[in-house]
Amino acid sequence: MSTAARADDSLDPEAFRSGVRAWLDANFPRSLKGRAQLALELDVTGPEAADFNAWKAAMGSKGWGTPTWPAEYGGGGLSKEQAKILSQEMARAGAFNPIGGMGVMMFGPTLLEYGSEEQKQEHIPAICRGEIRWCQGYSEPGAGSDLASLQTFAEDKGDHYIVNGQKTWTSGGQWADKCFALVRTDKSKKHEGITFLLIDMTTPGVTTKPIRLISGASPFCETFFDNVVVPKTNRVGKEGEGWTIGKRLLQHERTNLVGAGAGLNSSKSLPDLAKQYVGTDQNGKLRDADLRARIAMFEMKWRAFLQTARRVADESKSGNGVSVASSILKIAGTKFGQERSELSLEIMGMQGLGWEGEGFSPDELRTTRGWLGGKATTIYGGSTEIQNNVIAKRILGMLDHQ
Amino acid sequence: MAVLSEEQSMLRDMAQDWVNNESPVSAFRKLRDSGSRQGFDPAVYAEMASMGWTGIVIPEAYGGTDFGWFSLGLVLEELGRTLTPSPLASSSAAAAAIVLGGSDEQKDKWLPRIAAGEIVATLATDEGPRHGQGAIETRHFDGKLFGRKQFVDNGDSADLFVVLASDGWYLVDGGSAGLTRSTRSMTDSRSHAEIGFDSVPATKLDCGGEGLTDTILDQARILCAIEMLGMCRQLFDVTLDYLKQRIQFDQVLASFQALQHRMAALFTEIELTRSAVEGALAALDNGGDISVTAAQAKALANDMLNTMSREAIQLHGGIGMTDEFDVGLYIKRARILENAFGNSAFMRDRFAQLLAF
Repeated sequence: MSTAARADDSLDPEAFRSGVRAWLDANFPRSLKGRAQLALELDVTGPEAADFNAWKAAMGSKGWGTPTWPAEYGGGGLSKEQAKILSQEMARAGAFNPIGGMGVMMFGPTLLEYGSEEQKQEHIPAICRGEIRWCQGYSEPGAGSDLASLQTFAEDKGDHYIVNGQKTWTSGGQWADKCFALVRTDKSKKHEGITFLLIDMTTPGVTTKPIRLISGASPFCETFFDNVVVPKTNRVGKEGEGWTIGKRLLQHERTNLVGAGAGLNSSKSLPDLAKQYVGTDQNGKLRDADLRARIAMFEMKWRAFLQTARRVADESKSGNGVSVASSILKIAGTKFGQERSELSLEIMGMQGLGWEGEGFSPDELRTTRGWLGGKATTIYGGSTEIQNNVIAKRILGMLDHQ
Repeated sequence: MAVLSEEQSMLRDMAQDWVNNESPVSAFRKLRDSGSRQGFDPAVYAEMASMGWTGIVIPEAYGGTDFGWFSLGLVLEELGRTLTPSPLASSSAAAAAIVLGGSDEQKDKWLPRIAAGEIVATLATDEGPRHGQGAIETRHFDGKLFGRKQFVDNGDSADLFVVLASDGWYLVDGGSAGLTRSTRSMTDSRSHAEIGFDSVPATKLDCGGEGLTDTILDQARILCAIEMLGMCRQLFDVTLDYLKQRIQFDQVLASFQALQHRMAALFTEIELTRSAVEGALAALDNGGDISVTAAQAKALANDMLNTMSREAIQLHGGIGMTDEFDVGLYIKRARILENAFGNSAFMRDRFAQLLAF
């Protein structure tokens, strides 16, 4: 491996850039160019597997999958500016980040903030190398939007807890190595009775059962804890601090969910898609005037959403605190993602409703599944209704009692 | 809102203070009740001129400050908030037309006087009740203009008309023989007039190239949009305050979740609209795609203000229907601005056309 691009603050940006370029040139397998979706696959198999694994190992050992995390725990140790250069150069090379998942998006940042030194040393490097899969043990059958009513109980047994209960909507639980979970350590207090625990999914008593969704996929499962022994060294923070830590983690989740939503994986713009399926008249206008107006309206709103995301970023950089507009990003991004899916489907007609097999292109089938799967986006990570409560109460000051 | 420069922050603060102290909604009421045909108070406009607002989009060489569109937007948003009647938007849009399309002579003649607030200029565009419907029939022949323009902003007293004819834009002195003005009394109590041109001397805006017509209209659209955003903001704030103090069933209305979610939805939509409108103003300053952003900004502002003006009345209940309460005044201005330079259907069609679908 080239040593040209050691992360080093003393390097000037252009030297850093040329170092990154040389390193990518030496390490990014050309066969993977533009194959970013591989990073979303559970296990890359087939002819691309060797190249993908080599790429993952190369990025993992540099820590560039988590570029701004501290180098002492295996992160890239880059400044924000350097990370920006890295992502620009990766885009230029058609490269992608092979290291992802909940460990990177949610758990890692939270552990860096709240974890003990030992916990960071133990868990962060494996996340940086993409070796350990984490899942989230938050929701329960009786605790969805009202998460703090969770009942999974961790009984104090001296140097360890015995955990009993059931979690649900555990993303990727059936494939996960470890779980970060909110459990109850005190039944007499609601929020203050919650504790943040790390649970090894291979511990005896942990079982998972995939949940099949309307899209046909099973990205979530139910997770059962039956007398599961968890050492106290796996507790993050103190007993009763779980709600605070868990909420912080949800902020990371929401940041990452912005713009999530169905249909965004489709490469074509809605106008192009409509031109293909609906056709145009002699003036180049879509044949369906009503659909055309609605696509125009959607595109205007979608642009306004992207403009808002940029505005929020500019405002937060200006040092005047978090922009109030940031509170609308999850609501708007997920709503428009779903709207886009519905419009795609309408454009494709019956061709957009294929389930599998012959007669449908891969794009069409992806649109169908994405449309169904995308219904989750306005429910998870704080439903739209919860987000509206947050806006009304925290930003608009519309309190329950005055 | 977008991040402002220090100068812009000062301008915004100045406009905010001035509007709050000198031009609350009661100032508009007073003017309305006086039956003013002019639709604005010349003394107030002179004050705006003395603060430098009348020359914000006029180059320094012609007596302006060339402070930029975004800056003009900061002022117009504040004026919109309290329904301050003034010809600032129409005069600025007309001045900008001359900046783009005028000869040196035309610029020398008109721009310094517009920048100083000595005269009021306005665009005369539409010939019917719906913008963009039908071909323009106003004709230029042998140095003279023939035709009729409808619903011209500040048409009752404008000193200079920038007139759209079948072959481009023309400047017409408001004092010319053959020019007639017929007042149209409308819901917003501002000045709108039908202007007749019967063999009226006119000089063409010959520079500016092929896109001149669209650019002039796009600029006007964006100025409408920012005034509308100011009105939205005020309606939202006033409604929120009302919900926090009105008590029914022994609790403030603000504690009802049905109302909380409606307000949260309006808040979300207003923030999105703000991004679009600010983006359009920035595009005017930075040379982005003006036509697409203008269509987007005007359509979203139209729809937002339409919704907000209806919700404001509904959420106020019966008192929102009274002339004594302010919210009703906004809906009467709102629909006029929605129609001005293109309603949402027109803007969507234009947007789609610009993006070739």
